[in-house]
Amino acid sequence: MTEYNFAYLDEATKRMLRRAILKAVAIPGYQVPFSSREMPMPYGWGTGGVQVTAACLVPEDTLKVIDQGADDTTNAVSIRKFFARVAHVATTEATAEASVIQTRHRIPERPLTDGQILVFQVPIPEPLRFLEPRETETRTMHALEDYGLMQVRLYEDIARHGEIARAYAYPVRVEGRYIMDPSPIPKFDNPKLDNSPALQLFGAGRESRIYALPPHTRVESLDFEDYPFTASKAAGQRCAICGAEDSYLDEVITDDAGGRMFVCSDTDYCATRVAAQAEDAA
Amino acid sequence: MQLTQGFADPAIEAARVFRIVLDAMSHPARIVTLPEIDAPAPCSPAAAAVLLTLVDGTTPLHLAGAHDCEAMRDWVRFHLGAPLVGPQDAAFALGIWDALGPLSAYPQGSAEYPDRAATLIVDDMALRSKGARLTGPGIAHEAFLSLPDVAALQVNAAQFPRGVDFLFASGAQLAALPRSTQIGGA
Repeated sequence: MTEYNFAYLDEATKRMLRRAILKAVAIPGYQVPFSSREMPMPYGWGTGGVQVTAACLVPEDTLKVIDQGADDTTNAVSIRKFFARVAHVATTEATAEASVIQTRHRIPERPLTDGQILVFQVPIPEPLRFLEPRETETRTMHALEDYGLMQVRLYEDIARHGEIARAYAYPVRVEGRYIMDPSPIPKFDNPKLDNSPALQLFGAGRESRIYALPPHTRVESLDFEDYPFTASKAAGQRCAICGAEDSYLDEVITDDAGGRMFVCSDTDYCATRVAAQAEDAA
Repeated sequence: MQLTQGFADPAIEAARVFRIVLDAMSHPARIVTLPEIDAPAPCSPAAAAVLLTLVDGTTPLHLAGAHDCEAMRDWVRFHLGAPLVGPQDAAFALGIWDALGPLSAYPQGSAEYPDRAATLIVDDMALRSKGARLTGPGIAHEAFLSLPDVAALQVNAAQFPRGVDFLFASGAQLAALPRSTQIGGA
């Protein structure tokens, strides 16, 4: 026998994952415990996302995998190849063509559409973990909606730094109920979580948690009336390749004399813009 | 004893059925169509497809009313291997609305673990996109669905994040009502 079972995992495991995903969708923002499996890649490489993707894929899917917005990094390429081999799905780098997108730490710039599924790889799913290390306590805090500690944490940031000093994994409130960690996406991406027409699923392999944002779910970034949330990025910069001013930018050091440039983190968005510009010029 | 066939290609067919069920659960009131699966009467093809996809030896199942018949019990034993239990221990339940009985009899989850709640498959529904006005996660503005008992479902939704979740089946058609959906009047 040379073939893997469809999408690598055995059927009993996929049923367990599918039941957890449905409960996660029914309770937006709540972290559903699941029985995480060992995958043929190390923890931290997206084993949670890979398990969620494996449970969702059908042979007709077109899969896109991004790592920090890029389709061509080691992590993204190896996960894409993995599913092309074990699930025989088509793969793509174009956001618009994908039916399932697995992502590490970014949401694509191009708005997602109804029917698309965005699967996030999550390292630490518990937004309260660094404030309270005991799982029994954070579970009670979620049960009682006891989120004062998080507001105090954000207030201390303002007292010390003059602003909420969180650039990524910026906590959100889901439908006015659960506080949720949106995974380490830059806070620039937080507004895209809100009222998205796509289904957003979150998988944390090492921590054995799955959670979800159904389409059209209200997602608010935590803030204060006098210190409102802002979706910031590198100020006053534009992409050195495509010239975009509206996309999230990566800073690239180009020499050892302080030279640097900013480029789009979303490689598909950047390449699409460059191709359109070439067409306009021709 | 005559047994009807389950999935011909379990891995692929279960994947396709799950994606359709996921689409329904993430868009409450959206009516979806599942592949035709033969199951013993009175079980509908949609309910049978859901059972084959989600239920196994680790998920206690409650068969209610006419669904608790010899043919159905044999089918469950052979295809699913799920322990047959009363409502209080059920992870899944199958029956028509009147046979399923009071919702409070089923596991509602706890404040700490709201996911430990039952999923009720309500069979033989008349699914129409009119009736109660639904809003909440998964619904862009508003949606409408014919519901069996608005008052009881409003009580269930008011318990959020606790409460049970529903899959309404009719022939090969299915619609979902998770506990997160707010239910207005008919």
